[in-house]
Amino acid sequence: MAQTNNMLEIKNLEKRYKTGDLALSNVTISVPKGEVIALIGPSGAGKSTLIRCVNRLIDPTAGQIILNGEDITKLGGRSLRKARRKMGMIFQEYALVERLSVMENVLSGRLGYVGFWASLMRRYPQSDIDEAFRLLSRVGIDHFADKRADALSGGQRQRVGIARALIQGPDIMLVDEPTASLDPKTARQIMRLIIELAKENNVAAIINIHDVALAKMFVSRIIGLQLGEIVFDGTPDELDEDMLTTIYGEEDWEETIQKVEDEDEEES
Amino acid sequence: MPIQEINGTRIWQKRSNQERIVSAILWLITLSIIAWCWSIISAQTEWSFVKDAPKQGADLINRMFPPKWSYLDGKLLKAVWDTMTIATLGTVLGLLLATPVAFFAARNTTPHPVFRYIALFIIVATRSIHSLVWALLLVFALGPGVFAGVIAIGVRSIGFIAKLLYEAIEEINPKQSEAITATGASAAQVLTYGVIPQIMPTFAGLSVFRWDINIRESTVIGLVGAGGIGQALIDSINAFKWSQASIIFIIIFILVLISEWVSAKARNAII
Repeated sequence: MAQTNNMLEIKNLEKRYKTGDLALSNVTISVPKGEVIALIGPSGAGKSTLIRCVNRLIDPTAGQIILNGEDITKLGGRSLRKARRKMGMIFQEYALVERLSVMENVLSGRLGYVGFWASLMRRYPQSDIDEAFRLLSRVGIDHFADKRADALSGGQRQRVGIARALIQGPDIMLVDEPTASLDPKTARQIMRLIIELAKENNVAAIINIHDVALAKMFVSRIIGLQLGEIVFDGTPDELDEDMLTTIYGEEDWEETIQKVEDEDEEES
Repeated sequence: MPIQEINGTRIWQKRSNQERIVSAILWLITLSIIAWCWSIISAQTEWSFVKDAPKQGADLINRMFPPKWSYLDGKLLKAVWDTMTIATLGTVLGLLLATPVAFFAARNTTPHPVFRYIALFIIVATRSIHSLVWALLLVFALGPGVFAGVIAIGVRSIGFIAKLLYEAIEEINPKQSEAITATGASAAQVLTYGVIPQIMPTFAGLSVFRWDINIRESTVIGLVGAGGIGQALIDSINAFKWSQASIIFIIIFILVLISEWVSAKARNAII
């Protein structure tokens, strides 16, 4: 196994479902420490499958995933759980435990570090609780700590989801369509928050995202996936009309590219 | 064919002519079977007894009134207390036994299909035998009294609780437990954080609902010697003391009323 400087190396990853469908084929991605990547592609391109293979919620059928020099495709049981602690996940529908409080949801990000009985009795170390309060106030919802998760709005829930991922102390965040269930304004705020927090904590991120304009706005590296294969890996500027046609198929892309340029001016 | 074209107009009917004939024949067969069964029942009935029924019924009610209020003493209230105890402890026992069975029976939490089939067998076996039969068997094994009653009610509750609980477990939102798995949590932690919070409303609702049913069941299991107010009822009936039986009927009625009220309140509080 060749030692590299990259925090995460995905090598020749393949996932074939039992039905015979090839969801991923020969996917190779290197992620240096702290780099944020947007993963774009049409529905069914394998974006969700790819990030779920990284933390082994789905088992790949071939290839390697090397996190900090350790091939996690070979891991099982306790060592797999230990590897998962270093990967925080953020979901499209937030995937909070609805009937637990905001605080319990954030603290659940520490489950890999505390024992079963301690977690059952909700006896977390004070350092975890301090960190939870710090993160909640960082994402702007510390006054909701005692509320039940299902009492929150979509944007607020996603903030809890972000805090839960970060309290793990991850090296990478796996982010699955974080804004698809949100209104455009909240979507931007959430995207901005994820990018800021990744930079602050020097955490890498792979962000699955439908919205190409939003991706171009916020990240410096974009990977395009089509039918389970990487067809683009470059900067937002390199992602032109022809490339979008390759990834998504024929469509008038002028507006998408235009809009981003307008917004960039607004931002600056 | 429900849609036909006649003279350029498209006619829509729910059934085609053929389907209508089949449906008429099926109705005819069903009605003939009912008539045939009725003729057999009728032949086996002593109609003179049935004709006499209103008179006998009136006589029975006559003997029940006035209820013998002096019968409502400390001893009878103790029996009422026993009945409540049997229902409540039986429900608790049922919940304790049914919960692991439910987790074994649910497809998404069972450790192995073999466990699942064993759990399903337990569910069917405990449900298919009525609590009165359980009580009868347990009074033989354990001797008469409240203990046999508690076990009978508890065992009888397993199937009901486990079945509805395992269906709730299978219907949870898998995203929530997936998110807990992704944090590096152990299987036991995924269960306590990702699954159990989602089934708590069902669990609480089921407990109250089953307690309500068990109050009613525990009033009758005394008939076979498993303690409580049913015991007093069978004693009174055997001694033809109908004015005492009427007191017991009134008490059972009030008990059921109270349990209905409590469970309705509790269910509102949960939702």
